[in-house]
Amino acid sequence: MATIDGVHPDQEFFAFLAEGRFMVQRSRTGGKAFFYPRVAEPGTGRTDLEWFEVSGLGTVYATTTVRVRPPELDYNVAVVELDEGARMLSRIEDVAPQDVVVGMRVKARIVPFEKHHTVVFAPLAAGGEEVARS
Amino acid sequence: MTYTRRNPAAVIGAATFGMGEAPGFTSPDLAARASLAALAQAGISLSQVDGVFIAFPDDFLSGLSFAEYLGIRPKLTNNNRTGGSAFLTHMNVAAHALAAGEIDVALIAYGSNQRTGHGGHVSAAAPNPHEKPFRPRLPISAYALAASRHMYEYGTTRDDFFAVVKSAREWAMLNPDAFMRKPVTRDEYYASRMVSDPFCVMDCCLVTDGAAAIVMVRKDWVDRRPAAYLLGLGEATDHYQIAQMPDMTTSAAKFSGERAFAQAGIGPDDVDVVELYDAFTINTIMFLEDLGFCKKGEGGAFVSSGAIAPGGTLPVNTNGGGLSCVHPGMYGLFTVVEAYRQLTGAAGDRQISGAEIAVAHGNGGFLSSQVTAVLGGAATQ
Repeated sequence: MATIDGVHPDQEFFAFLAEGRFMVQRSRTGGKAFFYPRVAEPGTGRTDLEWFEVSGLGTVYATTTVRVRPPELDYNVAVVELDEGARMLSRIEDVAPQDVVVGMRVKARIVPFEKHHTVVFAPLAAGGEEVARS
Repeated sequence: MTYTRRNPAAVIGAATFGMGEAPGFTSPDLAARASLAALAQAGISLSQVDGVFIAFPDDFLSGLSFAEYLGIRPKLTNNNRTGGSAFLTHMNVAAHALAAGEIDVALIAYGSNQRTGHGGHVSAAAPNPHEKPFRPRLPISAYALAASRHMYEYGTTRDDFFAVVKSAREWAMLNPDAFMRKPVTRDEYYASRMVSDPFCVMDCCLVTDGAAAIVMVRKDWVDRRPAAYLLGLGEATDHYQIAQMPDMTTSAAKFSGERAFAQAGIGPDDVDVVELYDAFTINTIMFLEDLGFCKKGEGGAFVSSGAIAPGGTLPVNTNGGGLSCVHPGMYGLFTVVEAYRQLTGAAGDRQISGAEIAVAHGNGGFLSSQVTAVLGGAATQ
């Protein structure tokens, strides 16, 4: 089967993650980061897209603790706003789910999920040092 | 006051059926019973229906299946699916089709046996690859996330959420059709099981059976029967998944409301009764703000003042809402039925005396679709 030219959004995003790189898209003209991956910049339809590696730093924009029946453990679901501007659904690890608060500074890490990888976050330690990738 | 929609569509029949638990009925059975009741009220025969509008949660072709069930051959079917607001989007299409003369009688219906039939919420969409790893309990977690942001930005509290619960319950206690009619205390609220923080079970809408239907015609079709006139209707959407919501404390109801009020030529101060899609407690607070009934950020204080409860300054969700009356998967049409009842003096013990203007507001997805209808009683024509 012939490959059609142009960006293949999810395929490329997950391939970057597999290489350990957290990349998001932006328009070369507009310059504003967006997530999830798309074939065009949302709102403008611009297709002059490029991938760039984000800092991985972000802030918890919204958070919830999903309560489950034991023995399964309650878990966090959060919306994280990347320093580059885009927002994504994720979870905050290394901290009790109820201790995650809006405004908390966090740092991304790439973890395996099913056949691909995904991006989760952990609190940025005091002093701002990076949290190691698992 | 002036009303700017010319030859407005009018609701001349509005009915519910199977409220709460209706074992032994399928979803189409329930929707058909509500439809027949609404048509009887309107004095219109089934064979006169030439526009069918419906959206079952688990049937993507329900415009076809429901017309077939009724045994009619409509000129127009519409199965637009925006979540629970769908039925107010159907009213918009119906009003235009009526005004254009394409159809003469629109039947808008919904029914679900989700409580007794298969006992659970039906998901409308496949999981998104960028959300699936995080297992949000949808739709609850999406609204809980929005609530967390509202608490952070505006100091909204769980006490405010409880005020919404209590108000809805107090209205439900006046409604014999409501599913939950026992008084609720603050202690019970705080003892209620947490589901997705900050929400406990009581912050979430009911899971019930139930059906609703309305019949819409052009104003010039209205005889001496009670009618509610569609003075304005605005739709708006600004995202689907919750992480894509531009501002998680302000919904697109700001825009749907502005459009609906502009069409009607009125403002929030002119409204006598408000029916909001309260899938979760945050909805009531956010929509009151976004529709202009109070300032942004002051919704919590507004509901905690008792303003929206029986005896308050702004009657909201007078049937008990999705929190205490009925919530069979999609609630939007029930806001319209209750608005119709209030405007036609048919609301029994919960009747708002002299109600002339009502707002029915639908919400769909994850605060994603917002649809506002402004309806008026006979005095507005």
